[in-house]
Amino acid sequence: MRYSYYPGCTLKTTATVLEESALESARSLGIELVEQEEWQCCGAVFPLATDEMAAFLSSVRSLSAASEAGEKLLTLCAACHHVIKRANHVIINNSDVREKVNNYLELDDYYGGQGEVIHYLEMLRDELGFEELSSKIKQPLEGRRVAAYYGCLLLRPAKIMQFDNAENPSIMEDFLAALGAEAVDYPYRTECCGVYLSVNNEEIVSGMVDKIISSALRYGAEAIVNACPLCHYNLLELQKKTPEGEPTLPVYYFTELLAEALGVNSTVKDSAAG
Amino acid sequence: MKVTTENLRSNIIKDIAEISGENVAECYQCGKCTAACPVNQAMDILPHQVLRLLQLGLADEVMNCKTIWICASCFTCAGRCPRDVDLANVMEAVRVILLRKRDSTMLKAEDMPEVLAKGMPEQGIVSGFRKYAK
Ligand code: SF4
Ligand code: SF4
Repeated sequence: MRYSYYPGCTLKTTATVLEESALESARSLGIELVEQEEWQCCGAVFPLATDEMAAFLSSVRSLSAASEAGEKLLTLCAACHHVIKRANHVIINNSDVREKVNNYLELDDYYGGQGEVIHYLEMLRDELGFEELSSKIKQPLEGRRVAAYYGCLLLRPAKIMQFDNAENPSIMEDFLAALGAEAVDYPYRTECCGVYLSVNNEEIVSGMVDKIISSALRYGAEAIVNACPLCHYNLLELQKKTPEGEPTLPVYYFTELLAEALGVNSTVKDSAAG
Repeated sequence: MKVTTENLRSNIIKDIAEISGENVAECYQCGKCTAACPVNQAMDILPHQVLRLLQLGLADEVMNCKTIWICASCFTCAGRCPRDVDLANVMEAVRVILLRKRDSTMLKAEDMPEVLAKGMPEQGIVSGFRKYAK
């Protein structure tokens, strides 16, 4: 299994742990992730205004390069995945945008949406298979009660993302079960964490994070996992505002638990330190 | 607040329709969007009210509300709407119309080192500038 890999800006800066644990785990699973020679920032948010095309040109460049290489484009960051998936959807469904983008980019091959973007979790579920993954686990996370936090970007809009049932997803719980952990079911797992509001409106985000964390705690979670650097930051940093003595939850990227269960986490820690 | 044909035919109402790609007339005010919205308690006009005001051509009220800046583009409302109205797109259209005016930028680059120092990921900064600045 070989994929063109799109890291995105944040995995090269603040969220190196996400990238390193994912790459180490892939290596140990025999999955080849080849970083694209050229990639640019996806723009972090999908342009919802119908007249803003420039904001997803970088997605089209990466999709088309992967498709020319005959590979799927693999993402890790939920935001990159969201933007690239939606950009491809527009290219497929809007002929006017498609023509303009092709005229502007002058790619070797006409890009009509023939590329495919796949998230790391989808790759584990649909291409490797959770059963196969579970057979490769060296240190099962037995007895660990973990809350899966989905947030918004992987799930919604459901018709376009087609990631899982947006109202009642199970991919992360199934993933946790494959690692031998116990997935905690709690009501706030698909609720928004506040995203970029924390840049200038921390107070609102604190309230949102508090609802998610206290709900997970109430249902007996001892850790929470996610797939988005901004969710990660909000869940981790805004928990620091929790009054002293109140319980808090450690926050991990899903790939950190994967690396641990595959027994490659020591390598991850070494590379993170070096 | 006055409903007039002038208001209903105003350029702003047309611009919002064009930029968002949404037809606000489809909304039948069931309120599901508002019930689903995770930040509704911080809003001055509730999500379904935004649509009602636009249906009545009262764009000014919407252009001046806090709500559009508090909407987190979480897409929950759109997923629950029985009329297939994507409110996140409507909120974005109002924001970009305002942001495309001169001097409307709401974030300052010089404030960002402090935000970055807290550990804010680049994704957050880029998202913030895409949503609050032009
Ligand atoms: S859910 Fe849809 S139809 Fe109901 S009030 Fe909101 S926008 Fe209108
Ligand atoms: S997209 Fe905006 S209005 Fe809709 S539910 Fe989310 S925050 Fe509320």
